[in-house]
Amino acid sequence: MRYDTVIIGAGMSGLSAGVRLAYYEKKVCILERHTTIGGLNSFYRLRKRNYDVGLHAITNYAEPGTKQGPLSKLLRQLRMTWEDFDLRPQLRSSIVFPDCKLYFTNQFSVFVDQVATAFPSQIDGFRRLVQRIADHDALSLDRQVLSARQVVSEYIHDPLLVDMIFCPLMFYGSATPRDMDFSQFVIMFKSIFHEGFGRPFEGIRLILKKLVRHFRSLGGDLKLRAGVREIRHTGGRATAVTLDDGTEIEADNILSSAGSAETMRMISPGSPPVKADPGDISFVESISVLDCAPADLGHRDTIVFYSDSPKLFYERPSEPVDLRSGIICSPNNFDYSEPLEDGRIRITALANPHYWMNLSDEQYVAEKDLWNDRIIQSAVKHIPEFRSHVVDTDVFTPKTIRRFTGHLNGCVYGAPEKFVNGQTPLSNLFLCGTDQGFLGIVGAMLSGITIANRHLLK
Amino acid sequence: MTADQIRQVILDILERIAPDEDLTGLEDARPFREQMELDSMDFLDIVMELRKMYRIQIPEEDYSNLNTMAGTVAYLLPRLRDVAAV
Repeated sequence: MRYDTVIIGAGMSGLSAGVRLAYYEKKVCILERHTTIGGLNSFYRLRKRNYDVGLHAITNYAEPGTKQGPLSKLLRQLRMTWEDFDLRPQLRSSIVFPDCKLYFTNQFSVFVDQVATAFPSQIDGFRRLVQRIADHDALSLDRQVLSARQVVSEYIHDPLLVDMIFCPLMFYGSATPRDMDFSQFVIMFKSIFHEGFGRPFEGIRLILKKLVRHFRSLGGDLKLRAGVREIRHTGGRATAVTLDDGTEIEADNILSSAGSAETMRMISPGSPPVKADPGDISFVESISVLDCAPADLGHRDTIVFYSDSPKLFYERPSEPVDLRSGIICSPNNFDYSEPLEDGRIRITALANPHYWMNLSDEQYVAEKDLWNDRIIQSAVKHIPEFRSHVVDTDVFTPKTIRRFTGHLNGCVYGAPEKFVNGQTPLSNLFLCGTDQGFLGIVGAMLSGITIANRHLLK
Repeated sequence: MTADQIRQVILDILERIAPDEDLTGLEDARPFREQMELDSMDFLDIVMELRKMYRIQIPEEDYSNLNTMAGTVAYLLPRLRDVAAV
């Protein structure tokens, strides 16, 4: 069997690229090593309950029918409807630092008012920064790299406000420690503060299942348990992929969402690791199932970003988990028409991937329990005590993320270096997904679409 | 296809690309972009939809003919004269 395009990875970006290609009658096959679709944003069932692997919220929220913005663009490109995604808006989120708390909602003016009240001396600079963000073309595929901290410091002089703004943006999308590329900052700022959060009532499985059904109805092939061991090539062009079981599949083009370092490994599997850096920003997440809704305990925020230190430490910790900061997400706290089946509290904190990858199986289980307790202990300083209501627990670590995504260090946001134009040393091999550089669920989908449009459909 | 049929084909394509737009008052002589949210990605979709439906190749240097409904119909009329409407 020969395909026009073989896509490596059935996550958000690979599936979206697949829909575009299949819609325009390309012969396309998506290969997924895992037993299920979704990659980082997959879903699973454990002890009779449904879980999302990574989803807190979908950024870039827009009201159904909105004609502008990334979500609208995405739906148009996929020929899908607002009902397909069923996004319900968040209630309210917060950024909590010592002696300072800023709320934000899907109405940007709320955040501006919060900044004006808490930081009256900074509000003029903040407004100018907002203008600079509005004027910046962050989606250009030929953009230059610029330090976001340097740009922001031209407008805001209070380091506390700077770190409070960076906190959600880094936690939800920075593959680099401490600082991020300004274009990435702009994308994240708009997607979180301007547009905001939403979530489907059924979680991420709703969107994934709709995408796959759409892809198949257009004639696309999807193979699970089909990991790519090698990308075969000659004269600077890819010719075929070899699967883990030795099967060879020929293709005119290959689109990989596996990550840059991971894809380079497939080009030359025998040679020592190439210098592409897979990154080391990863997380541990504690998921608690409650016997009541978080709102019953007085907790109504959708997401709380916290730091116990006025200075934000966003980097690989030397400890197994960095307990100084984190994200608390309550999937219940969206504006649904009926309540979710059970209460959930998800707490995410930075983790040291090397520590978690190198534990024995026995140690791994014990350490997960130990650090789950510690993470919750640090989070209940910021939300009501909920531990007596916990009826089930699950924890994921960098090791779990590696299993679902194949990213070498379990890097949620991929490698620090992005390849925004999607090109690789092979002329017909392209990258999409986290290492192409558009992040978040909507970003990942747009990544697949953009690279498909640019390199595979023209 | 006649000019009227081609116009309807374009309307159908716009409807698919931008289902949230109201196209009832679309003026044929005014650029699409002044009347609806249509970015370069959407614009490329008009070209690709035409290719998919009628196997017609539109070279990039001709894209400027497709800025208005009137221009698009005039450009496509000789190229789709012997093609039956789908």
